[in-house]
Amino acid sequence: MKVVITAITEVFGLFVEDGSLAIGILVWLAVAAFVFPLIAGSDTWRAPVLFVGLVALLVENVLRSARRHLRK
Amino acid sequence: MVEFVEALTIVLAVGTVRGWRPALIGTACGVGFLTLLVLGFGPALQKIPITTLQLVVGVLLLLFGMRWPRKAILRSAGIIGLHDEEAIYAREKKELEAHGKVREKVDWIAIATTFKAVTLEGLEVVFIVIATGAVGRMLIPASIGAAAAGVVVIGLGVALHKPLARVPENTLKYAVGVLLSSFGVFWVGEGLKFRWPGEDLSLLGLAGGFLVCSVLTGSMIRAESKKLAEVRA
Repeated sequence: MKVVITAITEVFGLFVEDGSLAIGILVWLAVAAFVFPLIAGSDTWRAPVLFVGLVALLVENVLRSARRHLRK
Repeated sequence: MVEFVEALTIVLAVGTVRGWRPALIGTACGVGFLTLLVLGFGPALQKIPITTLQLVVGVLLLLFGMRWPRKAILRSAGIIGLHDEEAIYAREKKELEAHGKVREKVDWIAIATTFKAVTLEGLEVVFIVIATGAVGRMLIPASIGAAAAGVVVIGLGVALHKPLARVPENTLKYAVGVLLSSFGVFWVGEGLKFRWPGEDLSLLGLAGGFLVCSVLTGSMIRAESKKLAEVRA
């Protein structure tokens, strides 16, 4: 049983290291999948906006983690 | 390659302290298990419709890949320590020595330690091979690439008999993380049927965008850290 729990934890850890980043990514992807198609007009902006959102999430997360560490 | 280097460090520590036979048995079991995963999941995934596969693999690649530039930026800015193979090797040796001399006929501690190290580090390699190989319909070239990296690292390990501390792990992880994140966002976009400007060529722009933003973020953190140190001094 312990081996199974360890294995599951390790596999989970492959994808989730910082919970807030993982949740942020999933929420942004859900927005892209379900909200972007509701916005009328040309669709050429969707892919670049998807990318910009993910970069913004990464930068915000790294800055927040670094500032938390620097304040200590 | 980075994952192989990390696994090699543990295998070397086990081999040196507990003997090479159990260390190599554990390693072989780990490699066998990982090979089964690739043989089992790889061809099965190729039967899934490409847009579904792109979407699922893209999401997983983003979750998996964006951890790497995050950590690499924090490491390059000095917020978290660099991966030190020699320190890990010394710690692992100390832990193994604490178990005392080998008394049983089969050294289960050595076998389990190397099996675990090879399996855990190798899982990341297997995920990358299956993800990139299955979506790009290039499972065999991806497997050959991973195997070649493994052979190089094992060859160096056998020749040197010490951890590969000089491999620029953070730089490699930075680069791989940027590439994995780029493929991830590209495939999610494709899976959602978004149109990428320049189609496949946009991958270069995505990688460049991730890299530039990561480097700038690292510079910002270093500047803030320096300023804070001056204020505190």
